[in-house]
Amino acid sequence: MSFEQPILPKDAAAAEGKVNVQINGTWYRFPKGTRIADACNSVGVHVPCFCYHPKLSVAGSCRMCLVEQGMPPRLAPGATPTYNEDGYQTIQWMPRAVVACANTVAENMGIRTNGTVCTQARRAVLEFLLTNHPLDCPICDQAGECKLQEYTADYGSPTHRFTEAKIKKGKHIEIGPRVNLDQERCVLCRRCVRFMKEIVGEEVLGVVGRGGHNAIACYPGKTLDSNYSMNVVDICPVGAMTSRDFRFRMRVWFLKSTPTIDVNCGTGTNIFVWSREQQVYRITPRQNDEVNSCWMPDDHRLNYKYINSERRLLTPLMKTDAQAPQRAAAWEPVIKAVAEQLRLCSPAQTAFIVSARLTNEELFLAGNLARLLGVEALDIVPRHDEADDMLISSDRNPNSVGAQIVLHKDGSTLDNIRRSIKLGKIRNLVVLGEDVTAEAGISAGQLAKLDYLLVVDHTESATTEAADVVLPGVTFAEKYGTMVNVAGRIQRLSRAIAPLGGARADWEILAALLRECCGDLPEAAAHATSAQKVLDVMAKQIKELNGVSWLSVGNQGQQIIDTGVSIPLIERERARK
Amino acid sequence: MSYIPIKRPKFSFLDRIYVVELAKGLWITLQHLVLSLLGKSRFKKDFNGKGIGVCMPFPEQRWDAHLPSYYRGAPALVRGEDGRERCVSCQLCEFICPARAIRVVPGSVDLSSPTPKQEKAPLEFEIDMLRCIYCGMCQEVCPEQAIFLSNQYLFTLTDRSKAIRTKEDLYRLGGIKKGLVNKWNQYK
Repeated sequence: MSFEQPILPKDAAAAEGKVNVQINGTWYRFPKGTRIADACNSVGVHVPCFCYHPKLSVAGSCRMCLVEQGMPPRLAPGATPTYNEDGYQTIQWMPRAVVACANTVAENMGIRTNGTVCTQARRAVLEFLLTNHPLDCPICDQAGECKLQEYTADYGSPTHRFTEAKIKKGKHIEIGPRVNLDQERCVLCRRCVRFMKEIVGEEVLGVVGRGGHNAIACYPGKTLDSNYSMNVVDICPVGAMTSRDFRFRMRVWFLKSTPTIDVNCGTGTNIFVWSREQQVYRITPRQNDEVNSCWMPDDHRLNYKYINSERRLLTPLMKTDAQAPQRAAAWEPVIKAVAEQLRLCSPAQTAFIVSARLTNEELFLAGNLARLLGVEALDIVPRHDEADDMLISSDRNPNSVGAQIVLHKDGSTLDNIRRSIKLGKIRNLVVLGEDVTAEAGISAGQLAKLDYLLVVDHTESATTEAADVVLPGVTFAEKYGTMVNVAGRIQRLSRAIAPLGGARADWEILAALLRECCGDLPEAAAHATSAQKVLDVMAKQIKELNGVSWLSVGNQGQQIIDTGVSIPLIERERARK
Repeated sequence: MSYIPIKRPKFSFLDRIYVVELAKGLWITLQHLVLSLLGKSRFKKDFNGKGIGVCMPFPEQRWDAHLPSYYRGAPALVRGEDGRERCVSCQLCEFICPARAIRVVPGSVDLSSPTPKQEKAPLEFEIDMLRCIYCGMCQEVCPEQAIFLSNQYLFTLTDRSKAIRTKEDLYRLGGIKKGLVNKWNQYK
């Protein structure tokens, strides 16, 4: 019987490229080079941080993340380390706390966050931060999601000892067209300074003054007018940087956040839609390291006002006669009448113009409807504009890759359709989610000459005015569905608010039309009771979508094809690591 | 941790069997019984009571003079002695209201006002009196001492829409509250 030398935990961990760390009495293994703050948070030991942000460089200035740290004793020359029965060396605790964000883990390190050293350090740091804090939480937009409030409640002192006069600094400073600065509320974590320097690459913000008079300010002659400026509002842990758009509109604790994606360009930035009672109040980015990291552009963030606009279509409209005005009608008779009319249309004289702003499910149903009617002329409206080398893609349609996969259309035959309409070869037009008088270049006069114009859209436009039948669809915040971004990643849209008024989700309208048109044909997608079930049907029929389901896509999306397109900001982030 | 633990009183054996407290309560009841049988009830003179006990002829005679300071009537908004609208529309009352009677639409304070530092004031403030349950949570939660339960208990509605009190109605009812809230002073 041979006696085997037991493998020490340090050797076992080193073989995996990891180190053993004791956190609050329990041993864990982390990869070498992990920050103490990340290590603690990953095992559920919360370390409060103001200045540390995983996407920015480390400042270590707020001192909020102080933890008690210990290492094995330094050996005398010639001595060999001794191990206890579990194979670890004893930990000698340091008498002072260290910052968890700027230090990395090491072999046999000990971390304590529940001892007196740590508790007293946090309490003292918060007491100092609050000495000059104005305590205007009742009027502060950050209240409810303010780290200073949260940490004070969790780790702060119940009483305060500061009786001197507080230092006055600037309040309500408009440092940019979209951002307000309140210097009194600032905890000087400099996240905003580092964001503008490292991510945007514009040195706009800096710290001025000395000691207690330290304050964030813009460099002389500069304003915070970058298209990514509102991200500083998100990363500001307190209410120093606040959004001017969201200023005093609603307290955050009333808002419900729904994870969904942005539909302003092909990148498909992951976002939260914040809503209360059928009203959307703001949009903030949601972290997805494959798509948008933690950021989003301002113009996309602020483009939500059309959701609750006065111009929304809330009820189906129908002309009973070519010359008669549009009248409000009930859904069921309208769907019946439309299906009847579509069946009467000659397929050769009919065209479909669909939007690449629709979800995959809607494009699929629209394709099915066209095929069933025998219509050949179907295309999307392409939209291209300048890319900004950050997050905004040159493709301004959120789902043109999806249209390629589902319909095999990329907008190249739109010219033919336009010409045929001009020549009068096409007499009937079905428009889904587009204002064709804008990008598609079909004039209102040409629309007026058509025999039949069916429009499904959410907002009044020149096209809906000319339509024989208008079916009110919904915006991206009111429906479920999936879209494929420029990099070939399928992502989910989730419903933040119920469809306004009498509007219905576009996929629901198309499925109803398909059911009416196909009669007794067993079209599986037409009988689907939800967008998720349409996706299941698509997963069976479309090669690229094999194995894709609502659950497999998840909140972070799923890569389905490689388009060869990459997102510049994500590329740079990967290169930095 | 930012809270101070309160020490609960320790109850003796006699307290815990509560027979003594029960007897004390019954003694009070007995006193009132004897007094009313002797025709010496409290407030008898004030209410022109006759015979045994007191019968108050409402509405000719009312409780108003006898309402305690903590009486919980209809909620109202108040102004400070300096005429400032105390409410900063933080919407905590809207949040805490168990009956969801309160609706606040926040707005900004004009920079030319005497207290521009306040920055925020309600644009609209509505209380649905059909929903209000007079619990006083709004008064308790208010960080600005801006909403109080008044002693108004008598109001009859002829129309449901009149049950919704607007900001103007609420300030009219609340009037001016003594005592200075100095928080939004420019030099503070």
